[in-house]
Amino acid sequence: MTAERQKHLAVLVAIWGALVFAPYWMPLFGGYTALGSRVLVLGLGAMAVNFLLGFTGVLSFGHAAWFGLGAYACGLTLKFVASSTPLGLVAGTLVGGVAGGLLGALLVRRRGIYFAMVTIAFGQVFYYIAFQWLSVTGGDDGLRGFARQPLDFKLFRIDLLHNDVYFYYFVLVCFALAVGIMAFILRSPFGRTMIAIRENERRARFLGIQIELHIWIAFTLSCFFMAFAGALYALVNNFADPRMLHYSLSGDFIIMAVMGGMRTFWGPLLGAIVFVVLQDYLSSVTVNWMSFIGILIVLIVLFFPRGVLGLLRQRRTA
Amino acid sequence: MSVLEVRNLSKRFGSLIAVRDISLTVERGELRAVIGPNGAGKTTFFNLVSGFFAPSAGSILFDGRDITGLPAHRRVALGMTRTFQITEIFPELTVFENVRVAAEAAAGYRLRVWLNRAEAAELHRRVEATLALTALSAKADRLVGELAHGDQRAAEIAMALALRPHLLLLDEPTAGMGDQETYEVTQLIRRLHKDAKLTIVLIEHDMRVVFHLADRITVLDQGGFLAEGTPQEIAASEAVQTAYLGQAA
Repeated sequence: MTAERQKHLAVLVAIWGALVFAPYWMPLFGGYTALGSRVLVLGLGAMAVNFLLGFTGVLSFGHAAWFGLGAYACGLTLKFVASSTPLGLVAGTLVGGVAGGLLGALLVRRRGIYFAMVTIAFGQVFYYIAFQWLSVTGGDDGLRGFARQPLDFKLFRIDLLHNDVYFYYFVLVCFALAVGIMAFILRSPFGRTMIAIRENERRARFLGIQIELHIWIAFTLSCFFMAFAGALYALVNNFADPRMLHYSLSGDFIIMAVMGGMRTFWGPLLGAIVFVVLQDYLSSVTVNWMSFIGILIVLIVLFFPRGVLGLLRQRRTA
Repeated sequence: MSVLEVRNLSKRFGSLIAVRDISLTVERGELRAVIGPNGAGKTTFFNLVSGFFAPSAGSILFDGRDITGLPAHRRVALGMTRTFQITEIFPELTVFENVRVAAEAAAGYRLRVWLNRAEAAELHRRVEATLALTALSAKADRLVGELAHGDQRAAEIAMALALRPHLLLLDEPTAGMGDQETYEVTQLIRRLHKDAKLTIVLIEHDMRVVFHLADRITVLDQGGFLAEGTPQEIAASEAVQTAYLGQAA
């Protein structure tokens, strides 16, 4: 038991060590700091999708909607309300999370493919609103005219806009906060109940668990994490556009989770690293980069159905 | 006082009448077996009692309280739990984790994200006690999906017990088991009945198990009530023999 705990601790130290020192080791492999920020944010999004998919067993195919809502709300706050980065993040998280929670209440009785279809439909509604409402969202051109603001601590200011390394650490702190809350929830009685629902809904119901209420809470939490990631993404790009709401982005998040391993906590982050780095590299070589990612997904699903991290874990217990 | 009272219960699926006008009363501390040929409506009857679906007519009283319209999870909260004909467990969790989920549900911790030290210790103690009762302590850290069929069934019963019910519904607890496993599960049910003083209703095909365990037996046939009595009375009943073996030539 203690040996297992030590191993667990060693893995955690390795993950956080790699993330903390990323700005220093990434350039050695041709990476750059802004890419690291993007990986973290999209990784957080994939982990938020997986919070629902891997740990509650519910597949939402419209989670980009809450991501995009978070991005727009953050951008609009910075542009029209107040030039404060933390305020933008809070506003984005609240708008996306609350919208997700409200609509989630309408769909908790659906299961499987029906749940996925309804989430796509809701997501596309937001996509078309962003696409059409030119005066507010900028339509297809996207929302411009805002930028992340320096963090002002009275004694000193941290310039997030021009210094990529400072911004990376800001994103990392936000990421750590969200991931810490996620891990805390999953280890609690509530989190264990989520896993029980994933494992066997009928059994869980006859343990006296109100399945619909639990799925709704898990869905809403997942939407808040998603919106938080979306708000951060608006800061990464100083830009928000309708494609951040589109269901193809929802699909990307699911691909990241499945590639990395959906029954594992860190799998989606690994999936996001592979996805984003490949995308970054391949898209500079060919416009058909997606077909290479497609081949990779097919191979992973065929040969390691539990994802990369799931495979590693199986080896260890075998 | 009676724990379970069923009055004129019926269930129709379209034109099929799966359960027709069944009444029965189970007293506190009783072990009641419900038997009948295939298609007699036993499992449908269980599904009605446990709230899996609503009856077409009739009423169900639990501890004297009408629970006919209550959803399944509310019946569980009142102290009625069930197991299934095909074992329903959380296969990718360990035995300990399976039982802990049930114990947390019973303690009302489902929505909590934090337990204090005393609560966690009490929970742990209760899970260990349940595992000891069901002879699973040695297998606590194994994944339930990897266990033998008999142990999976014991784990399912352990989960039901962790809910601290006073009525336990067991749907064919020895289905698909070999002699040794059947014996072990029978002994477990016997302990729960004699030592833990649980009121138990069980559906069973294996007549050795039924006659070994039951205080009283209710026989269903083609969705309707056929007979009720002590094991001796049922063994001697001509109507029951006809239902099982067909009309004597």
